[in-house]
Amino acid sequence: MGGKLTIAQLQLKANTMRQDVVRMLKAAGSGHTAGSMGMADILAALYFDILNIDPKNPNWSERDVFFLSNGHTVPIQYAAMAEAGYFDKEELLSLRKLGSRLQGHPERTKLPGLENTSGPLGSGLSQAAGFAYSLQYLDDSKHRFVYTIMGDGELDEGNVWEAAMFAGKYKLSQLIAFVDRNNIQIDGNTEDVMPLGDLRGKWETFGWHVIEIDGNNIKSIIDAVNLAKAITNRPTMIIANTIPGRGVDFMEYDYKWHGVAPNGDQAESALNELGIAAAKIKIKGMSL
Amino acid sequence: MSQYDLNPDIYNDNVKQEPIRAGFGRGLKKAGELNDKVVALCADLTESTQVGLFRDAFPDRFIQVGIAEQNLVTVASGFAAAGKIPFASSYAAFNPGRNWEQIKTTAALNDQPVKVVASHAGIGVGPDGATHQMLEDIALMRVMPNMVVIVPGDSVEAEKATLAIAKNGKPSYLRLARPATPVFSTEDSPFEIGKAYVLKGGTDVSLIGTGALTYQLLVASKILSDWGINAEVVHVPTIKPLDNDTIIDSVRRTGRAITAEEAQIAGGLGGAVAELLGDNLPSPLMRIGMQDRFGESGAPEELFDYFGLTGEHIANRVQEFVNNKPQYHRDY
Repeated sequence: MGGKLTIAQLQLKANTMRQDVVRMLKAAGSGHTAGSMGMADILAALYFDILNIDPKNPNWSERDVFFLSNGHTVPIQYAAMAEAGYFDKEELLSLRKLGSRLQGHPERTKLPGLENTSGPLGSGLSQAAGFAYSLQYLDDSKHRFVYTIMGDGELDEGNVWEAAMFAGKYKLSQLIAFVDRNNIQIDGNTEDVMPLGDLRGKWETFGWHVIEIDGNNIKSIIDAVNLAKAITNRPTMIIANTIPGRGVDFMEYDYKWHGVAPNGDQAESALNELGIAAAKIKIKGMSL
Repeated sequence: MSQYDLNPDIYNDNVKQEPIRAGFGRGLKKAGELNDKVVALCADLTESTQVGLFRDAFPDRFIQVGIAEQNLVTVASGFAAAGKIPFASSYAAFNPGRNWEQIKTTAALNDQPVKVVASHAGIGVGPDGATHQMLEDIALMRVMPNMVVIVPGDSVEAEKATLAIAKNGKPSYLRLARPATPVFSTEDSPFEIGKAYVLKGGTDVSLIGTGALTYQLLVASKILSDWGINAEVVHVPTIKPLDNDTIIDSVRRTGRAITAEEAQIAGGLGGAVAELLGDNLPSPLMRIGMQDRFGESGAPEELFDYFGLTGEHIANRVQEFVNNKPQYHRDY
């Protein structure tokens, strides 16, 4: 596993993963760009700092478990997994193609290292809760943690709130969930499509500890998870405010990038911008 | 064809009757005794689904999820991911009626051994009426890849089926009924997932049934024998994977087939047998069950009578069928 990466190194991982996502989606010709880019920092923090995992032994019985609930953002998870060594990076370009293990939405049975099959929204939190219940009450396995990420638009789904009640009732303290709060969904801004309102208040009244962070700040993400681990009588919801399309100027904040892939010119422009950002991170990292 | 061990009292008025779901309750407790990975989840219907027996024996392995059937199966999927064998139980109208997509994505496609247990299926729910009379579930679950679908014929078989799916390592659907149902099998009768059983040999027509309707076919066959019609009775407790060989062999012998189920004839057992025979042995076929309509309130026995699902009604329809449809033969 090696030593801990520095924040600058983690930022570079996220940058690399973003570049991989641009290449993957361009090659696939379809896919969900905005959420994948916006969640890159969370996935980098998870796969390269937070999760206790062994990419060479994906079924390691003592591993932490991560359920991606908003399965349409799986390109960023594939990029993280390849970067972590679950599979060869060349395979990333097979995304969404016939015969690929990298299905358009994640399928557990196809790719070792995936913990669930998702895409239809609203079910990842329940699965994470079932796993966390098992660890907490049946296995006496207090050192393992269960993570999930949901999109904010996903919170429209009733299944989410059924799971919220369940996890609150049973005080599933090994369950740490993220909402990718990027304020967009397919038809527009979340507050126009179906207002989510006071998210902190909603989760708190369901019995959760809530932490609100800048979800594009890797140090904040790691700090929030460390705090969540210290909360032993409740599940934790980390509301991660992210910028959709983060890292590419013409994608940021624009809901139209939710469900489309960059074309050749757009990909080239995006990769240029990300390349410059990577150079800046390196220079800054050296000066620290 | 080995002799099936039938309850010798099946044609007596005092034949033992028991809700099919009661066998599930016993089987689940036994499964819990045999394997500490078995857990049971319930959605605020613990007593009527018969999960109470398990809860009382293994309170730590009983999980109450409240009236939330989508959560019921998706939490169960999480338990399965953690190495458990979760039985997720509610009424068929809600499970799989309410949560079919969750079952498909997080159990079937995800290949987790979630056991979806649907109590109170069919019109046998009685007075609760059409909202609670799940009649589409056999069709819904049968079309789902990677799903095992079992509809036990009585409580004794339900207990065996419960123990069998606890061990099969696959996402599985178990359909149960509410009312007291005559017990036609015995402790010694065989049950294996994927097997159909010839309960009574015959030469004139194959009566192919599942669930509570198999007993009604036995009653019908007895009436028919008085009328000079020698009907074979085939019990199909596993709808998927279907025992193609046993069904085809039977219809090859008799040349005609009738299916019977407490469910919509479209897509259910009738649909499955129609597909099988259409592909392999086109034969005169009649499907008995719900004819593309909803149920309604009434006592279970009144509803069985009203919808023509009793042995007497079925015997009349079989006689008419046999008198009007030729037997399939090779030159047909």
